Amino acid sequence: MNAAVRAPFVAALAGAAVPVSGIAWLDQARRENRDAFVAAGLPDTRVEAWKYTALRALGQRNFALGDAQAASRVVDAATFAIPHVGGPALVFVNGAFRADLSALDTLPGGVSLQPLSQALADGHESLRFSLSRHYREAGDAFARLNAAFAADGAVLRVAPGAKVAAPLRLVFIGASAEGDLAWHVRNLIELGEGAELSLVEQHLGAGQQAHLGTQLGDFTLHAGATLHHVVLQQAGIASSLVRRSHYRLDAQAQAHLHVLELGGALARHDLRAELVGDGAGLHTCGAFLPDGRQHIDTQLAIHHQARNTTSISTWRGVASGRGRGVFRGAIVVAPGADGTDALLGNKNLLLSTQAEIDTKPQLEIYADEVKAAHGATVGQLDEHALFYLRSRGIPAAQARALLTTAFARAPFESLPDTALRTHIEQLLLAQLPG
Amino acid sequence: MLKIDNLHARIAGKDILKGLSLEVKPGEVHAIMGPNGAGKSTLGNVLSGRDGYEVTDGTVLFEGRNLLELAPEERAAAGVFLAFQYPVEIPGVNNTYFLRSAFNAQRKARGEGPLDSMQFLKRVREKLKVMQLSPDLLNRAVNEGFSGGEKKRNEIFQMALLEPKLAILDETDSGLDIDALKQVAEGVNALRSPERAFIVVTHYQRLLDYIVPDYVHVLAGGRIVESGDRSLALKLEKSGYTWLTEHGEPAGAAA
Repeated sequence: MNAAVRAPFVAALAGAAVPVSGIAWLDQARRENRDAFVAAGLPDTRVEAWKYTALRALGQRNFALGDAQAASRVVDAATFAIPHVGGPALVFVNGAFRADLSALDTLPGGVSLQPLSQALADGHESLRFSLSRHYREAGDAFARLNAAFAADGAVLRVAPGAKVAAPLRLVFIGASAEGDLAWHVRNLIELGEGAELSLVEQHLGAGQQAHLGTQLGDFTLHAGATLHHVVLQQAGIASSLVRRSHYRLDAQAQAHLHVLELGGALARHDLRAELVGDGAGLHTCGAFLPDGRQHIDTQLAIHHQARNTTSISTWRGVASGRGRGVFRGAIVVAPGADGTDALLGNKNLLLSTQAEIDTKPQLEIYADEVKAAHGATVGQLDEHALFYLRSRGIPAAQARALLTTAFARAPFESLPDTALRTHIEQLLLAQLPG
Repeated sequence: MLKIDNLHARIAGKDILKGLSLEVKPGEVHAIMGPNGAGKSTLGNVLSGRDGYEVTDGTVLFEGRNLLELAPEERAAAGVFLAFQYPVEIPGVNNTYFLRSAFNAQRKARGEGPLDSMQFLKRVREKLKVMQLSPDLLNRAVNEGFSGGEKKRNEIFQMALLEPKLAILDETDSGLDIDALKQVAEGVNALRSPERAFIVVTHYQRLLDYIVPDYVHVLAGGRIVESGDRSLALKLEKSGYTWLTEHGEPAGAAA
């Protein structure tokens, strides 16, 4: 209780109705998670995982529990279109599934993609392990909150050996409502042995709404599976979005993540990966670009638990205005995870004197024959490069934009999908000053 | 074209140029030689507008305009080009994109329309051939991973593409082997014309065997202490810079 922020936001949820599924174990898990959330409250900055992200202001606010009108909110499909990327999409507005906006009629063979509500109705036993979990760490408040109140989300399964090259999309939209509300989505993604999937996850926000969205996602990659996962976080500029993703990689499984964090007044992403099978490999690449008064926090925790596992993490931060970026990259190499190869880099650029980035790479090694390296830097635009461009006739503002875009784009150069890479470049160009 | 009169400049509180005067007319090639620390690079930097230099006295007119008032990009658009002693590597900025941005920005500043990518690439290929640079370089980041010789040739290639009125070559010969030096010189010579002027800054006489100057100036202690024709360079080659101390200013007076 010591670490809890006393908050109306928390008190309001004491005894609040959790979504009723009619499934005894699930309803019980939801109630227990609610009670655990209320008992512990929101962590304060003495909790290591929240050291640089204060929740005091959030805790003082009130949010309606879910959106009764989510099904009828008007959303223009053009807002989440990506040029040259079509294919199936599962769309949620304020946490509720929207069949009218989704496209599920073109699902490739071996793929099952359903809203959670529907998947539960079709048979819930296979979801029990994930959905009855308890979250016991001091910093787990939002996971508890999500586990208690998320009524929907995406359930995506790829059959063993099935290969899905064209990306599937999961789209989460915060739409303006009569007041600020809290919505929660729970995603479960599972790739069978040797399966391949390309997945694009989009977060968008319409209007000036200041909703709180939470997302909890489990990604399970069985032996030899390959996941390409692209996240485009463009949540509404006044909204708060707290996401947590768990990746579990069996032997030889490979996950490639590219994450672009642009939106939200407060955006937090906990990315946790467990490499539990020999030869598993994880690539995480991303950029966060807080501007204005945005606060964007990325927490990476990569656990090497098997032999000859690899993780390469390449992250860049660009803070302008009074933007604040937070990055923590923790790599833990467990006893017995011999032959691990882990590399983590975080380079940051401050474009204004009032911008701030706190970065902290962490390495814990308990195994032998490990190759591990990490590094983090915070700096300004290279004056020599700037002068070089200007001396060739490129105006100062354009030269700055060119250098900044080049810096932020670097993590995405490894993205194989040209259409997505081009889209990300356009988003960066639109976001960055100049 | 260029008229420098009594130029005084300092950096970080330290006086480097102490009354430099020089006049360059269209079509002329001026070599500026001098010992290390004489202020050679400072001259190029001040003329191209690099931050950090403070002009404390004197004037620089370029085609009648006060050059010192212009931003670096405005000087470039006016026709001033600096070939860097140490070309900068710019990761993530594609060479072709950079060249086209520079080229079209200069055109825009002069009130001309942009060249489309076909026209532009045609022009680029012609100039590449002259510099014997591989077209692969176009797809790489600006100067990134270029060898020393490639970087210097890339500077001359950019000059060929941008067609400045006044080109300042800041120790372009440093770090080059004889073959690369000849290529650079050929590139420069191909651009010599009655309308274009060059200031060739160098420590060694060797480059001037291949780029034959009309005038040679000796810069020491922040001033031009001796001017002459090509024979001055040969004299320097023979006797070194030590004799300059006879001119009153110790050669190492400026950093």
